[in-house]
Amino acid sequence: MTTTAPTALGAPTAPGAGRPAQRKRRPGRTLLRSAPLLPAIVLLAVFLLGPVVSSLYGSLTDSSLSGASASNAEFVGLDNYTSLFSDPDFPKSVLLTLVFLVASALIGQNALGLGLAVLMQSSHKPVRVIVSTIVVTAWVLPEIVASFAAYAFFNDGGTLNTMLTGLGIPGVNWLYVFPMLCVILANIWRGTAFSMLVYTAALNDVPPEITEAAEVDGARGWQRFTLVTVPMIRRSISTNLMLTTLQTLSVFALIFVMTGGGPGTDSTTLPLLAYQEAFRFGELGFGTAIATILLLVGAVFGVLYIRALKPEVD
Amino acid sequence: MVKTTAAERALVGPETSTRSITTADAKREFSMAAPRGRAMRWFSSIVLVVIGIVFLLPLVWLVLASLDASASLSVKWPEAPSFNNFLTVLTPETSLIPLTNSFILSAGCAVVTVLAAILAAYPLSRYSMRINKPFLYGVLFGTCLPITAMMVPVYALFVAFNLIDNMVGTILFLAATSLPMAIWMMKNFMDSVPISLEEAAWTDGASAMRTLRAIVVPLMRPGIAVVFIFVFIQTWGNFFIPFVLLLSPEKLPAAVSIFSFFGQYGSVAYGQLAAFSLLYSVPVLALYVLVTRLGGGSFALAGAVKG
Repeated sequence: MTTTAPTALGAPTAPGAGRPAQRKRRPGRTLLRSAPLLPAIVLLAVFLLGPVVSSLYGSLTDSSLSGASASNAEFVGLDNYTSLFSDPDFPKSVLLTLVFLVASALIGQNALGLGLAVLMQSSHKPVRVIVSTIVVTAWVLPEIVASFAAYAFFNDGGTLNTMLTGLGIPGVNWLYVFPMLCVILANIWRGTAFSMLVYTAALNDVPPEITEAAEVDGARGWQRFTLVTVPMIRRSISTNLMLTTLQTLSVFALIFVMTGGGPGTDSTTLPLLAYQEAFRFGELGFGTAIATILLLVGAVFGVLYIRALKPEVD
Repeated sequence: MVKTTAAERALVGPETSTRSITTADAKREFSMAAPRGRAMRWFSSIVLVVIGIVFLLPLVWLVLASLDASASLSVKWPEAPSFNNFLTVLTPETSLIPLTNSFILSAGCAVVTVLAAILAAYPLSRYSMRINKPFLYGVLFGTCLPITAMMVPVYALFVAFNLIDNMVGTILFLAATSLPMAIWMMKNFMDSVPISLEEAAWTDGASAMRTLRAIVVPLMRPGIAVVFIFVFIQTWGNFFIPFVLLLSPEKLPAAVSIFSFFGQYGSVAYGQLAAFSLLYSVPVLALYVLVTRLGGGSFALAGAVKG
């Protein structure tokens, strides 16, 4: 969630209290003043930085959950990565992850979220309140419950097929025939609320005078939207694209419950592949190599995200 | 000013109608003009209702199945609605112990996170130190880490430290994962607490920690509650972290035990699964409503400096 609203209150972000320290900088005082940071730093260093560093190192060893290499793992260099790239499951999994990201996060959640936000602006209030409550409920529900609900919906004997039969259309076993489509739609269902909330807030910040001016100048509805509104909320769009991508990159329970990565490996995205390699097949080094790659992808997005939010820190 | 007749709007829609400019009753017409035209309003509402129904269907199954003794995976009206499914799962082994564990994990994580975040936010918000910028960038970066991707190395680390199946270890890890976002939120809330009150206290000789406890924390109580609830909801719903780090059935939170319930009885007892899911979901839905109510609270803080 982007909680940048409080800074917009015009409150002092760099209050005057820092000034005396700048005049005569004493190392003891700075140390004393930064002491409250310590608990947070320790927690972050041990439990976030620790795994990241050990992930980088662990991916270069042959450690496993059982057997001889469980107790004394040996340094094997880039072996895990070379075997990773020669394993047919890995490129397939990368492709599935990309499809999942693009279809459910970049296109699905963002387009639907923006669409909903726009429609909400021009709809009747009761409709707006009820529909946004429904959409947000799917998002607030614990992920495992949402996963069950989506599983039941797409199951062979589920709601979707019951409805199709009612319409006289023969249903198929969606989770087996179109596993990726099911998890993509389920992730859109579950995640759209976030984008909708972000875009609703962004659209509310667009001054109505500007769109009205464009209207007076003769811009039609679609033109007003693409040439005026979208550029005005550009920053929200780029931030939201990154946040939804990162959230979707770490979707696990949804796919795990709905398809278990199957049938075969037909919906095994990278988080599921890392889990299977490490915990089902005991290939800890292999799983760690996948985890490292995912962390690097996350890091790239993280850097882009930080650059977008730079003004908030400075 | 733009004027379209009602007939034009109804016929061709607000977007494509040709417009003539008049001065008469322009004010009244302006608010009715194209983007918020009546036809547009109905169009939007109808599309929204359709999307809303699609989004509602999976949720309806949860509710109807939980009331149905012979529930299937499809939405159907229960023949004899009853709360028997709830009564069946409301036993210590099935739901009460897991829900208690969920509470211990979530509350423990939220307490640790909020304490660490308040302490960290204070110097970040009040002093301009050289460490601020790198620390805030680091925190922002931490919010981007795909935690799911990290679970394999985290598991290896927990094995090395002998922390597997340890509630405290799991709580600390959960706290570390929610800390970046919590620090970021907490600093923003603290920035909006006016500093002038503290300056008065400093002049009277109060220490920084005393000022934090006696002035800042009471003033930003709504903000702290928001962060606490936010972390609580996230941890309550987390499946993967306890799934990997905890093993003993008596320590598993509801998220994980509901999944094993699904594996054991899921193919027959859909009604019970739905009932258990609802019992487990209600607390976070209630907390979410509470947090949206609290959301506006922080804006009232600005008033504290006057009077």
